[in-house]
Amino acid sequence: MKARLAVAAAALLASGALHAQSTLDAVKSKGYVQCGVNTGLAGFSQPDSRGVWKGLDVDACRAVAAAVFGDASKVRYTPLTAQQRFTALQSGEIDVLSRNTTWTITRDTGLGLNFVFTNYYDGQGFMVPKKLNVKSAKQLNGATICVQPGTTTELNLADYFRANKMSFKPVVIEKLEEVVNAYFAGRCDVYTTDVSGLVAVRASRAQNPADHVILPEVISKEPLGPAVRHGDDRWFDVVKWSLIAMVEAEELGLGSKTIDQQLASTNPSVQRFVGATGDIGKQLGLDNRWAYNIVKQVGNYGESFEANLKPLGFDRGINNLWTQGGLMYAPPVR
Amino acid sequence: MRWLRENLFGSWGSTLATLGILWLAWMLLPPFVEWAFLKAVWFAPDSRPCRAEGAGACWALIAEKHRFILFGTYPYEQHWRPGAAILVLFALYTASALRRFWRPALALAWLGGLALIGLLMWGGVLGLPYVENERWGGLMLTLLLATFGIAFAFPISILLALGRRTRLPAVRALAVAWIELVRGVPLISLLFMASVMLPLFLPEGVSIDKLLRALIAMIVFAAAYLAEVVRGGLQAVPHGQVEAADALGLPYWRKTLLVVLPQALRVAIPPLVNTFIGFFKDTSLVVIIGLFDLLTSIKVALIEPAWSGFGVEAYLFAALVYFVFCYAMSRYSQDLERELERSRTHALKGN
Repeated sequence: MKARLAVAAAALLASGALHAQSTLDAVKSKGYVQCGVNTGLAGFSQPDSRGVWKGLDVDACRAVAAAVFGDASKVRYTPLTAQQRFTALQSGEIDVLSRNTTWTITRDTGLGLNFVFTNYYDGQGFMVPKKLNVKSAKQLNGATICVQPGTTTELNLADYFRANKMSFKPVVIEKLEEVVNAYFAGRCDVYTTDVSGLVAVRASRAQNPADHVILPEVISKEPLGPAVRHGDDRWFDVVKWSLIAMVEAEELGLGSKTIDQQLASTNPSVQRFVGATGDIGKQLGLDNRWAYNIVKQVGNYGESFEANLKPLGFDRGINNLWTQGGLMYAPPVR
Repeated sequence: MRWLRENLFGSWGSTLATLGILWLAWMLLPPFVEWAFLKAVWFAPDSRPCRAEGAGACWALIAEKHRFILFGTYPYEQHWRPGAAILVLFALYTASALRRFWRPALALAWLGGLALIGLLMWGGVLGLPYVENERWGGLMLTLLLATFGIAFAFPISILLALGRRTRLPAVRALAVAWIELVRGVPLISLLFMASVMLPLFLPEGVSIDKLLRALIAMIVFAAAYLAEVVRGGLQAVPHGQVEAADALGLPYWRKTLLVVLPQALRVAIPPLVNTFIGFFKDTSLVVIIGLFDLLTSIKVALIEPAWSGFGVEAYLFAALVYFVFCYAMSRYSQDLERELERSRTHALKGN
């Protein structure tokens, strides 16, 4: 009830008087993008040993800064917990929320925010030790399953087993560190969370990563992506196309190292993209070289994935380009 | 020998207890020493040596991440600035601890010191690049929160305690309302209010900085608790003292400042320090609003997959740091009590 009240109040504020000035102008005049990120999620957003933010979600923020200012470093990061994230966006404390947030209809409509694009397609999966010789989640009847409480993960798990008329014994442990230890200590047969989490845990914590398999069944859809406030379409466009540009660049074969050589390309799509012809940037209210700046300074989507997620053992999988059998499909930049 | 026999083997019960404790120590200590020191990995470019079979504690994690643990996301090249600020803070702590510096100039020194810390941390002048306070973190942030929190909460708490005992109804009602309302909720909910609710009620364009909001919430909280401690001290002052001051014709504020408070605060030192210590550790609750204090920095340092899985080492290190500060506070308060007690008895004898 309390949460709903807060949300209602927030939605009222967000849709009402809050946004007299456009976010794009405000961002331009203050000289940086204020970006809400996760306080720490390997591969998506986390500070390294030198305190520099790294990750796929962080690259989304940097892409927006590159598009607006031609300088990917003009970002200020606000680390946010799960409870704070929507308020921070609604109240105008941040300009973009790039915090591995699942795009759902209730969030899109009820919270006064708009999701711009999906930069990672995730979903809940199962990991089991290889020696159990399980090939499919359908064989998990009666299994002991390690899961963290209070998340949609727990609900999805129960739904899936009920739908398949199977039973399971949950081992519910609050802290990530401990639930992972419980799984590797053999207290449960199965560990379930988002596939991205399974991959990261397997890569970093298993004695021998090859001893654990992630089952092919993915039992939920978790499209993760940045969001902006509802009701400011110009800013929505800027953030949306900054992300799309990264995917489009990969499709066009433009990377941070090669784009300078491609500036002279005669391919009309490339010419439009780098701003040699047309006025796409101007229509967005940006410099015409906005997309060039993104690719030059942040890289294309594939490069960002390679740099941040590949070292953790992530496969491109469904996050590959549509031409390679994945879901990453950029609307045409023209 | 005799001491041993009297204290450790005085009866069947204590003999059993002694032997039991010795046995426990024998069982637990050698493996711990082996893990924490003998087989520990002290320095390593990555965590591979730590993950080798039979490796002990991975202190290399602390070696690798110590800059992040100390200073959070502060720009790496500028780390000397929070480093210098910590030294300034320590100098101020030391000066305040020594009684011969207890004079009005100390307040000026604090003002100057805090201005210097602000200058170092924010920069923006004298060729120092500006660093927004969202990037402050680590031990530095913990110390700042604790120092500023106590520095502001303590005077407020004295006013609240006096307010609660005054005969002015409005002032008393306000003081009682503050204390009871704040004491009635946990610190976490205050921090949540400050970080999640407050921004929604502010008009557009007015946003109070996240750090400042957290700090205000902590001051409000600490002031309420300290006020009750101070009130306890006030009640311990014999009524005769107040009457004597009245008889001398001292007005309220001089009576309070010269007669009542010095005695009340002396009595209240142990519970005051107890509250300070609790408050110092409570600063770690800012984790829930995404500020990178010492404990959060340590947690975040563990997230990087290359170094994850060494939580025990990291938390031991955190415990050690907290212990050093809390123990220093508690030792100092004991010394101070003893010293004040001595000077009081001296004064009595002198009369």
